[in-house]
Amino acid sequence: MLLKILFRNAFRHKVRTTLTICGIAVAILAFGLLRTVVTAWYAGVEAASANRLITRNATSLVFPLPLAYKDKIRGVEGVTRVSYGNWFGGVYITERNFFANFAVEPGAYLKQYPEYVLTDLEKEAFLRDRRGCIAGANLARRFGWKVGDSITLKGTIFPGDWELVLRGIYRGREDNVDENQFFFHWDYLNETVRRTQPGRADQVGFYVITIAHAQEAAMISDRVDALFRNSFAATLTETEKAFQLGFVSLSEAILTAIRLISLVVIGVIMAVAANTMGMSVRERLGEYAVLKTLGFGNTYVSLIILGESLVIAVLGGFLGMVCTFPASEMVGRAVGDYFPVFVVARETLYLEFLAAILVGSVAALFPMWRASTVPIAEGLRRIS
Amino acid sequence: MTLVEIRNVSKSYIKGDQTIPVLQNINLSIGRKEFIALMGPSGSGKSTLLNLIAGLDSADSGVISVDGMDISSLSQRDLARWRSLHVGFIFQFYNLIPVLTAFENVELPLLLTGLTKRQRREHALTALQLVKLEDRLDHYPGQLSGGQQQRVAIARAVVSDPTLLVADEPTGDLDRVSAEDVLQLMERLSADLGKTVIMVTHDPRAARKAHRMQFLDKGVLADAPEDTLSECF
Ligand SMILES: Nc1ncnc2c1ncn2[C@@H]1O[C@H](COP(=O)(O)OP(=O)(O)OP(=O)(O)O)[C@@H](O)[C@H]1O
Ligand SMILES: [Mg+2]
Repeated sequence: MLLKILFRNAFRHKVRTTLTICGIAVAILAFGLLRTVVTAWYAGVEAASANRLITRNATSLVFPLPLAYKDKIRGVEGVTRVSYGNWFGGVYITERNFFANFAVEPGAYLKQYPEYVLTDLEKEAFLRDRRGCIAGANLARRFGWKVGDSITLKGTIFPGDWELVLRGIYRGREDNVDENQFFFHWDYLNETVRRTQPGRADQVGFYVITIAHAQEAAMISDRVDALFRNSFAATLTETEKAFQLGFVSLSEAILTAIRLISLVVIGVIMAVAANTMGMSVRERLGEYAVLKTLGFGNTYVSLIILGESLVIAVLGGFLGMVCTFPASEMVGRAVGDYFPVFVVARETLYLEFLAAILVGSVAALFPMWRASTVPIAEGLRRIS
Repeated sequence: MTLVEIRNVSKSYIKGDQTIPVLQNINLSIGRKEFIALMGPSGSGKSTLLNLIAGLDSADSGVISVDGMDISSLSQRDLARWRSLHVGFIFQFYNLIPVLTAFENVELPLLLTGLTKRQRREHALTALQLVKLEDRLDHYPGQLSGGQQQRVAIARAVVSDPTLLVADEPTGDLDRVSAEDVLQLMERLSADLGKTVIMVTHDPRAARKAHRMQFLDKGVLADAPEDTLSECF
């Protein structure tokens, strides 16, 4: 009977309840999307392997390292594989078509990143063709590329038109793998640079090091950096996770702002829901007084109010949670260039649910207190 | 034999820095199975007195005992339990729970008893038969006329078989025919079921059904003035 009363009370004012449910749904949805933005920001970090280290110029990422470091690094104890590459920074047709593109040493690189899945045929074709390139599935879809297509990148760091042939389209082995990247042969880059700007030849932007045991990461990093401490270009080696986190931390302030906004959204809807519940309960103080007259205690009356509030909040919450998926897919498509991985994390769903429960509970607090403290005689006098 | 004993009861409300005396030194005994009508001008304190007797409010001073129990000494929790066992309530505006059907409204007080679902159903049906509404079980209050709603309320008041029935202007919102129905029911509750009934009313015709009439004026019990009596008899 308690359930009957609270359910029916919840739907007494159909319009009011529907509007409240929609409001909560929108707020929960906004909350979920904002959380997903934060998750997306960290996606690169999440996907990073603990077994990979990145070595770069200690001064700054924009300065290169000599190719000659490769053999020295390979000789370091605990290192199983080394490859290298350059951030190419090429533009496809126009600046708006931004995507990450790298010149890498393809053989070792693909072995180091088994999460980029290519068919054997594609891999072979890519490795054989010096002008070959591969692209992530998302990226290929974005520009309608098919294997065999010619793709011309306009160099920004390395001037000129770079003509490439798409030899493969890779997929991510897991959800959080970035499918928006683009790779081609470092050798092709280097040959051309040697002809046009000989001073910049045989320079790499970074080394990727695979190590046998993740727990040795710190030790091996130190060993690598020690090798070049007194060289012309000192190195900075860190785990791929730390390296990716370095990018994220640049925008830490923005992320904090987003987190705050997501909380503000919940706070606002809390106030709105509390107002609705307050309105409903104020109208029903007489009914609650009748229940108390019949001998029902404050606990019973409070439960009816809390239950009603939770029913509304949870319905809104579920609606919001369900909408989070299509909405994040739409948003993901719109901002895919900046967030290669835009997926709703399970944790986000839990948080959304928790937020809905919180909204429902907090909204009921004041009305519960009010219904409990109004003297019965006073409550009855309100009916007329 | 007395059921309700009221000794030197006073009650006042404080509004701002003003104290409004509502009941002053009331003394009243009500016998078992008695049907008493409480009359008086608006604002004279009738509802306040009724609420005190029914344990909905507490007096500033004095003693109220019902069936030998000093209810002014009970805690809120005990008082709630006492009400559910011993008092049935009938209000001017019926005060049914709008989201519950007639049947559910009548069953409601029984939730506080240890009865099984089946026993509750039987009791509620009996009570609804008593008020001749057994064919309206599934109607919501909004689908019933005022008179029918008041009869449901009466069924709810008697379903847990209380000793005392309090009614605050039970016919105040009803047309003449419905009012007559309700009054006849009240009479039967007193005569056939042996309930003690205390009824506040403005309606001399209603008061005429009672065994005894008490008049309240400005918070003091008084003899009924001539005109009221002449209207009644
Ligand atoms: N909670 C309250 N706060 C302040 N004053 C109150 C309160 N309750 C009742 N009063 C006052 O007490 C007086 C008696 O009220 P009560 O409701 O008992 O009168 P009544 O005889 O039932 O009147 P009516 O016939 O109009 O129902 C009134 O003057 C009323 O304004
Ligand atoms: Mg009154």
